Amino acid sequence: MRHIISILIENEAGALSRVVGLFSARAYNIESLTVAPTEDPSLSRITIVAIGTDRIIEQITKQLNKLVDVVKLLDLSEGPHIEREMVLVKVKAATMAQREDIKRLADIFRGHIIDVTTSTYTIELTGSGKKVDSFIEALAEHKILETVRSGVSGIARGEKILHV
Amino acid sequence: MNETLKQRIVGATVITALAAIFVPMLFDDPVSEADNYTSELSLPQEPENDMQPLLDSIPKTANEVLSRPAPVQIDLQAETIKKAFYVATTGRPGPVVVDVPKDITDPAIKVPYHYPDKITMRSYQPTMKGHSGQIKRAVDLLLSAKKPMIYAGGGVVLGNASEELRTFVRHLGYPITSTLMALGAYPASDDLNIGMLGMHGTYESNMAMHDCDVLIAIGARFDDRVTGKIAEFCPDAQIIHIDIDPSSISKNITVDIPIVGDVGGVLQEMNHILTTGKKQTQKKDIEAWWKTINAWRSKECLSYDKNSDKIKPQAAIELVHELTNGDAYVTSDVGQHQMWAAQYYGFDKPNRWINSGGLGTMGFGLPAAMGVQLAYPEETVVCITGEGSIQMCIQELSTCLQYGLPIKIIALNNRYLGMVRQWQEFFYKERYSHSYMESLPDFVKLAESYGHVGIRIEDPADLRSGLEKAFALKDRLVFVDIVTDQTENVYPMIAAGMAHNEMHMSPHAKLPQDPERELS
Repeated sequence: MRHIISILIENEAGALSRVVGLFSARAYNIESLTVAPTEDPSLSRITIVAIGTDRIIEQITKQLNKLVDVVKLLDLSEGPHIEREMVLVKVKAATMAQREDIKRLADIFRGHIIDVTTSTYTIELTGSGKKVDSFIEALAEHKILETVRSGVSGIARGEKILHV
Repeated sequence: MNETLKQRIVGATVITALAAIFVPMLFDDPVSEADNYTSELSLPQEPENDMQPLLDSIPKTANEVLSRPAPVQIDLQAETIKKAFYVATTGRPGPVVVDVPKDITDPAIKVPYHYPDKITMRSYQPTMKGHSGQIKRAVDLLLSAKKPMIYAGGGVVLGNASEELRTFVRHLGYPITSTLMALGAYPASDDLNIGMLGMHGTYESNMAMHDCDVLIAIGARFDDRVTGKIAEFCPDAQIIHIDIDPSSISKNITVDIPIVGDVGGVLQEMNHILTTGKKQTQKKDIEAWWKTINAWRSKECLSYDKNSDKIKPQAAIELVHELTNGDAYVTSDVGQHQMWAAQYYGFDKPNRWINSGGLGTMGFGLPAAMGVQLAYPEETVVCITGEGSIQMCIQELSTCLQYGLPIKIIALNNRYLGMVRQWQEFFYKERYSHSYMESLPDFVKLAESYGHVGIRIEDPADLRSGLEKAFALKDRLVFVDIVTDQTENVYPMIAAGMAHNEMHMSPHAKLPQDPERELS
């Protein structure tokens, strides 16, 4: 099953590498990983999407908790949560027909065209991982030149928070 | 264990842990499986030379002191050192690496600094106290058991919980088995102790593990050498597990009642419930259980040929036990000698057996013995080793002379990497590949050239006099090179991946073969 694990970690050099090292050393798969500092500059927040059986995920969360840098950890998929991912897609848009179709698709998916040249469009789109997947699929008949996905960020719904 | 010893042993362990990467491992035990000390701490700054990957791969934490000394940073460094000791000695203890850049050792720079008395880390707060509700449930389950087993691990020794364990076991009157790392936590000479379990555990312990209905694991981690085949591990048992490290719980074996906390505290609470509560054990069932166990015991699985014209390694260990009154600090390397030491030394006190355990490090024995001898200059420290293992860190004989460490090195010399040879005999059709040693040094001359005493014993008749001579030299390091029977194997043995009731037995173990049948 797919799990979204949120981690608060000391914002120090090497901390991220230990998290990643743990995944590679134990041969756990990471589907995506995002990291950035929080409103408290001494803390970073990592969101990891990992796929595994309940047993493997339990081991992953325990091993992550055991890392001395990890302050708090939450498996978001245990409760209602929101996940968002951003994608930047550069796509070939040379002919009038292509340009119109791509514009329409971007609108349908509530994306924005953020850069335009005579032969390309760059689209920004935010949504769940599945929505991003569908958008890229929808673009299939066009020539995608480049996609950049941010990886998933997640937060629990309601009043539940992950804090120190 | 006192603090100084702890710190010294931590020091010695760091060095050996680093060595462990380069020293050839026991062939069949990959480091990642051992999972002893793999959590790490932050690195405030990029290290000067790239030691990090090396450090990351072993210790409990890797930590670097900031370079470019300035008052604030010196304070940070002092804090880092404090943190290092705090992390190393609390929770599940383990080594911490502090990498100090050379420039901060510059004697020209002098800055005032403050070494904190106490430290708290928001990201490191081990759970010490077990959950009371879980403890009550566990005690209820234990008291309802018909075929209970107590399985003690190294955590009992690390947690200084040997006294609590003894009270607990004696109150219940249940059989106790221990892992390699827990030897001495419960006295080997006590009747309730049915010996070590696992790959080279006793017949009675392994059979009892297989048949038990309630198992309590105390500070143990269900290592593969203990569990054997996971699918057939304690098939009928409900399992209670006490451990300070939550990641050890339900890692290899799913448990029914997990208790996260310090083993000493949890056992104290259990002892309190047991002594004040009204419920009793199932006396009749327990009696019958002991009858079964004693029938297994009568097989005398640790018997060996006592009339051989060659020196039997088991006899050598038993004699070392006798001559040291079972009171020595014994370290070992990895291999057959390690298992014989574990099986035949009979540890009655905790902290007397110093071993690399799951890390499987040949070369551990001598440096570990040095650490212990430094901490306890007056005590007898014995390094039981093999002619293969001792050569991993043989250069330390020089350090031993420099610091005047009168360690007694007992090398069981069978001219083979014996455990490798044993596996090749059992599982690889006697294809002895790279396990023989036809190019051994003269250990007596070698010891003498380092300024120590060397003794070689070849004849069983000389074993006692040779060892007596070695132990009589109180203030000298003595290297005793004992030429043992090359063909001897470690028995009993459960092959890797087999169940507890599938053991290779010594040809000298007694009949009857099947105590179950005999009983019925």
